[in-house]
Amino acid sequence: MNVAGLYNYWIVILLMMTGFYVVISSGNLVKKIIGLNLFQASVFILYISMGKVMNGAVPILREDVTTYSNPLPHVLILTAIVVGVATTALGLALVVRIREAYGSVEEDDIHRQDESL
Amino acid sequence: MSDSMLFLIVLTPFIGAGLIVVTGNRPNLRETVSVATGLLLLAEVASLVPDVLAGETPGLLLAIPVPGVPLALQVEPLGLLFALIASSLWIVTTIYAIGYMRGHHEIHQTRFYAFFAIAIGATMGIALAQNLFTLFLFYELLTISTYPLVTHAGTPEARRGGRVYLGVLMGTSIGFLLLAVIWTWQLTGTTGFKAGGILAGQASPLVIGILYGLFAFGIGKAALMPFHRWLPAAMVAPTPVSALLHAVAVVKAGVFAILKVTVYIFGIDLVGGSTASTALLWVAALTIIGASLVALYQDNLKRRLAYSTISQLSYVVLGAVLANAASISGAAVHIATHAVGKITLFFCAGAILVATHKTRVSELDGLGRQMPLTMGAFLIASLSIAGLPPTGGLWGKWYLALGALEAGYGILVGVLMLSTLLNIAYLLPIPLRAFFGQSPKTAVQFSEAPLPCLVAIGITTAACVTLFFFPGPVYQLASMLIP
Amino acid sequence: MISAQLPALQVVVPLLAAPLCLILHRPFAAWLLTFVVSGISLLVSIALLGQILEQGVIDYTFGGWAAPFGIAYHIDFANAYVLLIVTAISTVVSIFAKRSVASEIEAHSQGLFYTAWLLCLTGLLGITITGDAFNLFVFLEISSLSSYVLIAMGNDRKALTAAYQYLIMGTIGATFILIGIGLLYMLTGTLNMLDMAQRLIAVADSRTARTGFAFLTVGLGLKIALFPLHLWLPNAYAYAPSAVSAFLAATATKVAVYVLLRFMFSVFGIDFALGAMPLSTMLVVLGSVAVLSASTVAIFQHNLKRMLAYSSIAQIGYLVLGVSLATPAGLTATLLHLFNHALMKGALFLALGCIAWRLGSVRLGDLGGLGYRMPWTMGVFVIGGLSLIGLPLTAGFISKWYLVLAAVERGWWPVVLVIIAGSLLAMIYVWRVIETAYLGKTKEAVSGTEAPLSMLVPAWLLAIANLYFGMHTELSAGIASQAAMVLFGGQP
Repeated sequence: MNVAGLYNYWIVILLMMTGFYVVISSGNLVKKIIGLNLFQASVFILYISMGKVMNGAVPILREDVTTYSNPLPHVLILTAIVVGVATTALGLALVVRIREAYGSVEEDDIHRQDESL
Repeated sequence: MSDSMLFLIVLTPFIGAGLIVVTGNRPNLRETVSVATGLLLLAEVASLVPDVLAGETPGLLLAIPVPGVPLALQVEPLGLLFALIASSLWIVTTIYAIGYMRGHHEIHQTRFYAFFAIAIGATMGIALAQNLFTLFLFYELLTISTYPLVTHAGTPEARRGGRVYLGVLMGTSIGFLLLAVIWTWQLTGTTGFKAGGILAGQASPLVIGILYGLFAFGIGKAALMPFHRWLPAAMVAPTPVSALLHAVAVVKAGVFAILKVTVYIFGIDLVGGSTASTALLWVAALTIIGASLVALYQDNLKRRLAYSTISQLSYVVLGAVLANAASISGAAVHIATHAVGKITLFFCAGAILVATHKTRVSELDGLGRQMPLTMGAFLIASLSIAGLPPTGGLWGKWYLALGALEAGYGILVGVLMLSTLLNIAYLLPIPLRAFFGQSPKTAVQFSEAPLPCLVAIGITTAACVTLFFFPGPVYQLASMLIP
Repeated sequence: MISAQLPALQVVVPLLAAPLCLILHRPFAAWLLTFVVSGISLLVSIALLGQILEQGVIDYTFGGWAAPFGIAYHIDFANAYVLLIVTAISTVVSIFAKRSVASEIEAHSQGLFYTAWLLCLTGLLGITITGDAFNLFVFLEISSLSSYVLIAMGNDRKALTAAYQYLIMGTIGATFILIGIGLLYMLTGTLNMLDMAQRLIAVADSRTARTGFAFLTVGLGLKIALFPLHLWLPNAYAYAPSAVSAFLAATATKVAVYVLLRFMFSVFGIDFALGAMPLSTMLVVLGSVAVLSASTVAIFQHNLKRMLAYSSIAQIGYLVLGVSLATPAGLTATLLHLFNHALMKGALFLALGCIAWRLGSVRLGDLGGLGYRMPWTMGVFVIGGLSLIGLPLTAGFISKWYLVLAAVERGWWPVVLVIIAGSLLAMIYVWRVIETAYLGKTKEAVSGTEAPLSMLVPAWLLAIANLYFGMHTELSAGIASQAAMVLFGGQP
């Protein structure tokens, strides 16, 4: 197996695990969102790289080209990016509201306040 | 005509319950409605007697909730017998309740009468169920509709009692009975009661044995040990409830269901002689003796009677499990005779409570001279429970003993004899103490209970004696079970 | 003419209504629009079901682009059935929402609330109706994002953290689903689910197929709140506005279960999903643990919405158990329970909504004597509770019947015991409430009686539906078994 040739997938896995780790380990609500973003970005790369066709050209119709890259995954991932942005925006909006209500964005702090009620 | 009558029979008490709620603000009207509903119901049930004696079994399909599992009613001799007992005793109990509830200044009387009527409706449904599903439905309805009656007082003690009541009855029915019903359906493709049974040849002896066990313990209302705890717990209810429901309707619904399952689902040939039935015989025998022994040590009168009921119920289970013509008819007759006997005892206990506010056996010394009618009835009913002449209780035991001998279990006759002795030991001292005991020096003078109570006690006591001289009609229906 | 466009209308109507709702902004106008649109969606779904009954399946292509190039809607018994559940619940609950929302959410954000509601409805309907895997993901995110918003609108500040937690978990789940769909696309080169299923047959025995399946299952497991991926659910349901709890509990997880079934049976095929992959064993274990543990936890909850939330997790266990049996009977039981559980949880959450409206609290300790002050509300709770336990004449009994029967048929006795034990545990947690409401001590400070009619009527509608579908199962069980046949690959 050509390990180096699959470098884009290694990047995907690295990014995914980094993002996942940040989501799980960080107690800061903003950092969690950043982790989530990393996590999603890895999937974007997964989709983008699957559109690549060996020796394929840019998918614009031209006379002398017979092999094109697959444009569909790019289009798909555009949608997914939009969804990702919306999620981030909503997540951050929630963090703002949480800060207004609790005066903190640290998970431990928030838990402590809820338990003391 | 008699087909739609079946539906009417189940419906009448529910309509009665509705009317009771509507007329709730006017106690006299409300109780008139209650008694009238009872009379109407009895007339409706009685109108079925000629058909059934002629060997017909009118049926009626109500709905089909699950394909192949209809909600249907059908009358057969055992069901008719049970419906007759429950509906006629309901009238008597209502009369009694009028005296008791007013005399005892109970709260929420409208709710009491309404749920009472619903419970009777559910009982009618059980009596007339054409299949296991219908039986199960009304069985659960009976549990739920009696819960508010058991917890009527609303005290912490009543709540605790209600929890045990519901926990055991619903636990066993969902845990075992429902499983048994579904399993039966899966094996045979039907849940209908059919003469000769539906399970014969459909499953291995092991499966039959397990199924029979599931049914016997799943029908928790039969109070087979170790699932008997709910009955003493239910004694926190007002006495009319204990009298009709927890000596007649609910508990008899349990043993009735076991009889019905034995005769119409398994068929007596399948039950007789199987290993499971032998094991169950001993469970029943143990319950008979065990509960009687516990009854000996109960000072609370109603609890003593409750344990007595547990013991007596197992007579019927014993009859079912012995599974021969004599034992089955004996069981059916016992349902009737024990019903009138035990209801009288509870009526008396309630009368004592209303008149004197006494609940303990040890407080009753000398009371017989102040309440001679009540204690006299108590004495006669005690004889009936013990199965001694001149009371109807004799006949049930008689046929059960015959059945035991026929099945080759001589030792069970010994169990029955021992039980009779124990019955005498825990019941007879009560009237004896009342008549011959020394009343405490400072005793206040008590008078008899309110008139409606005494009337009710008189009717059921007379029934105890009448059944000794004329057991014919009851036996005729009972003997039709096994052709 | 219009009957041919019904599949598009099903999604487009609520989608277009959402921005309109935002423009209207005034609480009453927004509510009316939501109610009317839900009603229209319900009518559309009924009409669609009618068409399905006549002609079997409907294939609808957008803009005339034939599948697999364009986006196609493929409607058969299975999703027509789920569409009906979602639209019916949305309609009934939106009647309820008017007064309930007015008391729980500030007037100036009510327009936004109903906008989010309509978007959520759009998303749920879109997920169900679409035949395109990526389209499904987009609708999934529409419904998820709007449901985070809906939950965050609860008037307890814990609603915010609950929504945040759900957002994190939900996004991870959705991303997993996205990965799964991507891997399938790599393998088959198509996004149309029917097409995908055919092309998968040749390449099913590959690592990519198995990985894709695993990602999809885990991602959907998060959305379903399958034990042990359920941690987001209790807080989300407990602190959301009452109407939202009822709406989401009755629809959101149901739709996710449908998607799981669609992928398992229609795309991967039963042999792969339950044969080649060890999913059956996993589901039976997780389902059993879910039923037992969540029911037990429910017994110890003091917040009744939280109690019902745990009960929902247990009920999801039942659904999963039905699937794990891998028989048509088991699948029928699952689909049937999908419907019946929506009815009972809907009724129960609406009853709690009435209680919250009157008392401002749904803690068990505050309910003493409520059975006499709010007899109609508690009536709904009792019926819903009995249905949850599974007593005869209620919809819950029918579910239990089919489920136990399917398990007995398969000879899986431990599963039978789990189902029954779950019922008994349900009896305990339901009866705690009933006992307190009817036999508990009334608190002196509280006054007032029943909830308003506009809240009681929808609650009673669902309660009566519980009884009706406990007696007449031609519709529920009939369609469920047809849908199970479709999913199993046979013709109805």
